[in-house]
Amino acid sequence: MTDPILSVRDLRVRIGRREIVRDVGFDVHREQTLGIVGESGSGKSMTALSATGLLDTPGAVVDGSSTLAGSTQLVGASPRLLRSVHGGRIGFVFQDPGTSLNPLLTLERQITESLETHRKMTRRQANTRALELLEAVGLPDPQTRLRGYPHQLSGGQRQRVMIAIALACDPELLIADEPTTSLDVTTQAQIIELVRTLQRDFGAAVVWISHDLGVIGQVADDVTVLRDGQIVEQAPILDVFDEPQNSYTRELLHARPLVGRSQPAPAPHDAPVLLRVDGLDVRFPVTTPVGKSTVHAVKQLSFGVRRGTTLGLVGESGSGKSTVAGALTGLVEPDAGSAKLDGIDVFGVRGAAQKALRRRIGLVFQDPFSSLNPRVRVQTAVDEPLRVHRLARGARARQTRVAELLELVGLPTSFASRYPHELSGGQRQRVSIARALAAEPELLILDEATASLDVSVQAHVLDLLADLQRELGLTYLFIGHDLAVIQQMSHDVVVMRDGEAVEYRPAAELFADPEDDYTRALLAAVPPARPRAAV
Amino acid sequence: MTTFADETTRVASWRLLLRNPVTVVSAVVLGVVVFVAVAATWITPFGVNDVDVPNALQPPSGDHWFGTDELGRDLLSRVLVATQASMRVAVVSVAFAVVVGVTVGVVAGYRGGWVDTVFMRIVDVMFAFPVLLLALAVVAILGPGTTTTILAIGIVYTPIFARVARASTLGVRVEPFVQMSRAMGTGNLYILGRHIVPNIAGPLVVQTSLSLAFAILSEAALSFLGLGIQPPQPSLGRMIFDSQGFVTMAWWMAVFPGAAIFVIVLAFNLVGDGLRDVLDPKQRTMIEARSKR
Repeated sequence: MTDPILSVRDLRVRIGRREIVRDVGFDVHREQTLGIVGESGSGKSMTALSATGLLDTPGAVVDGSSTLAGSTQLVGASPRLLRSVHGGRIGFVFQDPGTSLNPLLTLERQITESLETHRKMTRRQANTRALELLEAVGLPDPQTRLRGYPHQLSGGQRQRVMIAIALACDPELLIADEPTTSLDVTTQAQIIELVRTLQRDFGAAVVWISHDLGVIGQVADDVTVLRDGQIVEQAPILDVFDEPQNSYTRELLHARPLVGRSQPAPAPHDAPVLLRVDGLDVRFPVTTPVGKSTVHAVKQLSFGVRRGTTLGLVGESGSGKSTVAGALTGLVEPDAGSAKLDGIDVFGVRGAAQKALRRRIGLVFQDPFSSLNPRVRVQTAVDEPLRVHRLARGARARQTRVAELLELVGLPTSFASRYPHELSGGQRQRVSIARALAAEPELLILDEATASLDVSVQAHVLDLLADLQRELGLTYLFIGHDLAVIQQMSHDVVVMRDGEAVEYRPAAELFADPEDDYTRALLAAVPPARPRAAV
Repeated sequence: MTTFADETTRVASWRLLLRNPVTVVSAVVLGVVVFVAVAATWITPFGVNDVDVPNALQPPSGDHWFGTDELGRDLLSRVLVATQASMRVAVVSVAFAVVVGVTVGVVAGYRGGWVDTVFMRIVDVMFAFPVLLLALAVVAILGPGTTTTILAIGIVYTPIFARVARASTLGVRVEPFVQMSRAMGTGNLYILGRHIVPNIAGPLVVQTSLSLAFAILSEAALSFLGLGIQPPQPSLGRMIFDSQGFVTMAWWMAVFPGAAIFVIVLAFNLVGDGLRDVLDPKQRTMIEARSKR
């Protein structure tokens, strides 16, 4: 066997006295993909970044060895050597394509930059190459796109450009750090396919980092499972899926959202309709350099949510699903249509009746980091609805109630005195749920409430939501982009595309026999239970 | 990589503030300045206007630590009382600017629409005047004196606070936690008080400390020009003006009032920096983590 492209031995990263990465070692060969999987904070990014000399965290100390192509030692290498390696022999793709591209430069400039530096190409040669690359990554109309700017592209397209930049100099090694995490499932499936094709054509070794073992199953040949900076399991992908040796690996496997794995407890058939939405229509005026136009975000949408059940609202980003949540909670002004909660006109009420209505509809947002005020302790955050709606008199009563709510969402009551930055993402989302429950709402709108959580944390939060529904008889409007998660939660499903409902049926029927092509595409995009290697 | 404290960290802000030696030194200096500002009239060794011509232009000595001026007045006493006067002008005028400016800025940023347009155009107009010119205009209309100086400096700094407050409000207003609060049916005053103002406090505190520093400088400039605090009441700017004729023979007449301005301005700036670090809870955890190591 030839030398591995990247060989890492006894890699350790310390920040102060804390060891972030301990004794990690792995090999990646040509045309092979290594998946590194673990939760946030497990040290996966630290491992990849320190092994390739890209770690610039202040105070971080890296020990061990990391050899590129049998000869170049990357740990402790000089900045000069690293500069010549980065972009030239190692390409990087990061999680957030929105911020990884420079908004002020044309795509052409950003792609040709490394070609001119590393390959000493002339401007003309580099431009030709840039065009080839954009074609290779499947960007539509590459000739015009070259002169365009990042903001003119969608998230998936930007990630394609990032991949084009990473591959510009034919690198021997591609580091992909959660490259699909912030993308829709359908886009994720396309990017996975793209990287596989390109790997075949270019023959690079790939290190793919993800928190989702389902995604890793689709891309990797070998897997390294990290927990708290240590390797807990390292094996070929099939062995990890079929005979996981470590309990943590089994936990990760179990946490993957899978189509057909589970359904919610059946709802009573005669449950009355709690929320009825008819002909909802929302348009946003947008000002662009060429003048004003309107975006038709939601078009004539109608659905009903039965009491004690969950309606899943699924679609890709930009399909208008969050606008529906905004309209129902008064954050967005609808243009037409009606919504009735238990007979009360949601869009028409004003004054005291409106305030009373707000109490009956709870809301949980996607991002657990920005939906809590960073300057306010958990106690104050959760008791806000109690104050606003005068539900508990006096500080003592509010404290008791907040303690109850924290217990309800599975958090220790001592968390009341913490600030949001002292909590993990999953804990924050539990606090958001506790806050939404404080006003004892009948309808809870969950707007991608688990989308930004690690799969393992997501699984716990989904369990919590199911328990709460059973215990408190809550009604959910569950907004998401992952059909597997939607199936696990929903009794009825609305599939949205470009502001329209393309399919609206009971979940059991929809998943048994999807009618619309778009629904089928969404279903196909969910990583299947078996890794690709097994097929 | 985020790390989470194992137990609730409830370290008081002031204790964290004390972990930064530069801040500690500046805070002590500022403490002395504040003490002087409060107690100046009681701690002066001589009367500020006690003329003692035979002892005119004495260099610093055991009797007169800062020396004496051309009329034999004790410079230490005059610097102490002048500091008091400068601080009073700076604090009152900046307080005026904070109250008016922040109110205007927060309302404009939060309400948006025509309110925002009207308020901000007025602010733009105020910005179009050079600081000293605007102050001169106010003094020209109202006549020189302490109250006028306060009003002039206050008006000059109001648009700065309005802009900082508005810009920060625009950023915080669209944060999900504010949206969430609105969706819950929370009233505007609660949202402003609980969610908006605390989250824009950081930049405002920094701006306040900077403005206090600049207000001291503005007051000195106005007094130097004879438009600020009027004699016989001593002021730092006026003292520097008076020293001009004696620079070659009595350096202390210019140096001590000048040094007082320098020290006060520097202390305000450094304390402002320290406060900013501590007031941001995220930074706070970082400081804690750093100091635990």
